[in-house]
Amino acid sequence: MSLNSEVTRRLRVVFVGHVDHGKSTLIGRIFHDTKSLPDGKVEQIQAACKEEGMEFEYAFLLDALLEEQAQNITIDTTQIQFKTAKRPYVIIDAPGHKEFLKNMITGAASADAAVLLIAANEGVQEQSRRHGYLLSLLGISQVVVAVNKMDLVDFSQARFDEVVAEYKAFLSQIGLEARQFVPVSARNGFNVDAPAPAEMPWYSGPTITQMLDTFEPPKSLAELPLRFPIQDVYRFDDRRIIAGRIEAGSLKVGDTLVFSPNNKTSVVASIEKWNAPKTDSAVAGESVGITLTEQIFVDRGHVASHEADAPIESNRFKARLFWMGKRNLTIGERTKLKLTTQELDAEIVSIEKIIDASTLDVAATARGDIARNDVAEVTIQTRGALVMDNADRNALMGRFVIVDNRQVAGGGIIFGGTYTDRTKVKSQNIFWSEGEVTAAHRALRNGYKGAVVWLTGLSGSGKSTLSQALERELFNTNHHVYVLDGDNVRHGLNSNLGFSPEDRVENIRRVAEVAKLMADAGVIVVTAFISPYRADRRRAREIALAGGCEFVEVFVDAPIAVCEQRDPKGLYKKARAGEIKEFTGVSAPYEAPADAEITVHTDRESLAESVARIMEFLKPRLRGEESVTI
Amino acid sequence: MTDHTKHPAYAKLYPAPDPAEPPAFFPQKISRTDADHLDALEAQSVFLIREAFHHFKNICMPWSMGKDSNVLIWLSKKAFCGHIPYPLLHIDTTYEFPEMIDYRNWAVEHHGLNLIVKINEDARAGAGEYKARGPIGYDTTDPVTVTHELKTVALQQVMAEHKWDALITGIRRDEDPTRAKERYFSPRTKDFEWDYKDQPPEFWNQFTTSCAPGEHVRVQALLDWSERDIWLYIQREGIPIPKMYFARNGSDGKRYRFRSLGCWPISGPVESDADTIDGIIDELANTRTSERAGRAQDHHERNAMQKLRAKGFM
Repeated sequence: MSLNSEVTRRLRVVFVGHVDHGKSTLIGRIFHDTKSLPDGKVEQIQAACKEEGMEFEYAFLLDALLEEQAQNITIDTTQIQFKTAKRPYVIIDAPGHKEFLKNMITGAASADAAVLLIAANEGVQEQSRRHGYLLSLLGISQVVVAVNKMDLVDFSQARFDEVVAEYKAFLSQIGLEARQFVPVSARNGFNVDAPAPAEMPWYSGPTITQMLDTFEPPKSLAELPLRFPIQDVYRFDDRRIIAGRIEAGSLKVGDTLVFSPNNKTSVVASIEKWNAPKTDSAVAGESVGITLTEQIFVDRGHVASHEADAPIESNRFKARLFWMGKRNLTIGERTKLKLTTQELDAEIVSIEKIIDASTLDVAATARGDIARNDVAEVTIQTRGALVMDNADRNALMGRFVIVDNRQVAGGGIIFGGTYTDRTKVKSQNIFWSEGEVTAAHRALRNGYKGAVVWLTGLSGSGKSTLSQALERELFNTNHHVYVLDGDNVRHGLNSNLGFSPEDRVENIRRVAEVAKLMADAGVIVVTAFISPYRADRRRAREIALAGGCEFVEVFVDAPIAVCEQRDPKGLYKKARAGEIKEFTGVSAPYEAPADAEITVHTDRESLAESVARIMEFLKPRLRGEESVTI
Repeated sequence: MTDHTKHPAYAKLYPAPDPAEPPAFFPQKISRTDADHLDALEAQSVFLIREAFHHFKNICMPWSMGKDSNVLIWLSKKAFCGHIPYPLLHIDTTYEFPEMIDYRNWAVEHHGLNLIVKINEDARAGAGEYKARGPIGYDTTDPVTVTHELKTVALQQVMAEHKWDALITGIRRDEDPTRAKERYFSPRTKDFEWDYKDQPPEFWNQFTTSCAPGEHVRVQALLDWSERDIWLYIQREGIPIPKMYFARNGSDGKRYRFRSLGCWPISGPVESDADTIDGIIDELANTRTSERAGRAQDHHERNAMQKLRAKGFM
């Protein structure tokens, strides 16, 4: 399947340029001349103009909002379609007014090609340069420059050549080459769709629409290495579906995928579709769901690739950043970064240079912050590992946005992403409080709540192995985690306790109290004790709940025969020989949980699968409060 | 279907359906070689729907029963491999064509929908805060006010009750100039206001994915689709839709169909012979009138649509 059929795909064209250089008029004229308007639209607007006592202008075809007509400027990105004989187009009208940069970015970022307008009478202006620079930053290389309002300069070839020379010189500085400069009078429709040999006999090149028809739809990313960022994991029925859009490359059933970060691997078992023919492969651009042969823990933000060609994984990288936020972005300030489906806390650690987008001047003095409408080269550090590519290798994986106050406020292009140094940098405490610090505050800071994960099961059932794997998984996904087990409790805290029934009860009580304190401190505590009595486990739960902590009981289940065969410490042998008294399962009872949150069968499922099931259950329980008054 | 021949909705040109007919039209599935762009549209819509579902805790999908909202049901099932993990909402103005209610009941069963039906009962009855104004209806009030009270206010009431933080809607950029300026994820204030002059930036498929308590985000999953795309997709996928989109013999000897379905007192059919989806697609290729031309509330006064939408209308 190809998602970019040459014939039917609409080419997305953004119109940019300085305010009042005639974008809306040119667009209105293109609509009119290509007969892409509904019947009666022109008459309707002419009538409206008459009613308001205004002269009809083609720009009004777009500026259908009352407020816009009153102000006579375009206020936001508009998307409307028109057709030439060759193909359909989507027009993106990006405003030229300086304050509205964010709308221009919103429009231009999704464009395949651009028409940049320069009024012949005013010539190259600040926004002409700024928009040219942003097109180059956004990677849009198919650009036609319309030198508009030729009627105001008496259709002078000399004036046209002058504007062309000045703008060409600017574009060459930023490595952008316009495919064509077209002398235009949008108001009169000269060289818009039809040529104007009478008025401009000296120009025999293509018109604007002829130029548009020469542009090409974006190249498919199917040939690049696979990048499949996970959007979500669904379990609506017995299938565990890994959902997401393939951003680059392709995958097929049987492929071994590597999930970054953490480099876990599994094999594609199936591609799940609803009401569609069964397929065993999928390519870039498709939103798919896959299942895996081994149920490893993967989550939103993980990126699947093939082993041979994995992306960069780093927490420090360089980027070119443009900032549209309402306030300045300061070095060291904690902010939120989104790259595909990844979302991480991030901060700018240094600003290498700040570039004025219209003059391309580099700011003379070093600054500690980036202001609205600045473009800067920066080094960014994220709290966890970020999976990325350099933008010149894979544009979709090489760009990110910065979110401020719920809104996208900046965008960045990654280059030279070679920093693989994972050394932690001490977090800077930017919030402070005079009141009592509660578990809720800690949860807000950490992004998750403290919890007690209580493993119970026979000796040899796999509690220690599971607790260590779970600890590693939680640690790798940026959680504070700690395992309490016989090794670190029996020798210190509980060194005065033996194995009598009373001592066992006290042992578990102390573990429960310590676990509660640690969970209250924001830690995820994994306990690995046989804890054979239901009453003891119930009390451990009560202690945790009384302390306001999450408590999740995991029954690590394996038949006693299997445990006895494993016998990692030779304890069963000793118990059978009578050397150990009151050994659980042999000479003392084990009361299996009746209502554990999770039961894992270590004899039937892999360690990775057990960890995955616990992680999936745990994840929503750890979600912190939405807001806490600090 | 029940016999609706006596219903006033059918008093004008467009006749009631034969009671013997089933309540839905099942298009014959046709695969086209030139429909690659449908794959791209589907992939983007599925991506948007999945993003919405991930980011918002309490989500709902308004469903007007029209062609676009049936495509939304379909895309939801595509996104979640046969499931729809959120409720659907029908704002019932009480002016639905009666066969649409038959269709609604049928579709709930057919798709296994969790459907919430909301009527602004007080407005219709002239009760509660409407006591002074009296009942709101097309017989007493202008169509813009009726649309506002029975659709937008009804939506505000039901949202206050359920506290949804996101709505997945089916509006398209090509429907109306005001919709052309929409974002995929479009935040609305507590009062449902759309600040179209200061919308958040949206690019590289990164959206406004959270909102303050009481506010909500409209997730416009069909923004890129055209009317023709909708029909091509309905045909390719064989999506069941209401039968009013297809031509019936009018009382004046001509044939009529509906291009857009709304309240019966203000919805007019267009003259058309199209009684298949192919017929509709051919017709669209040759038409240059706008889709909502048959909707009276859009034409009541200049910029009526803009005013309705700034107040919270879809």
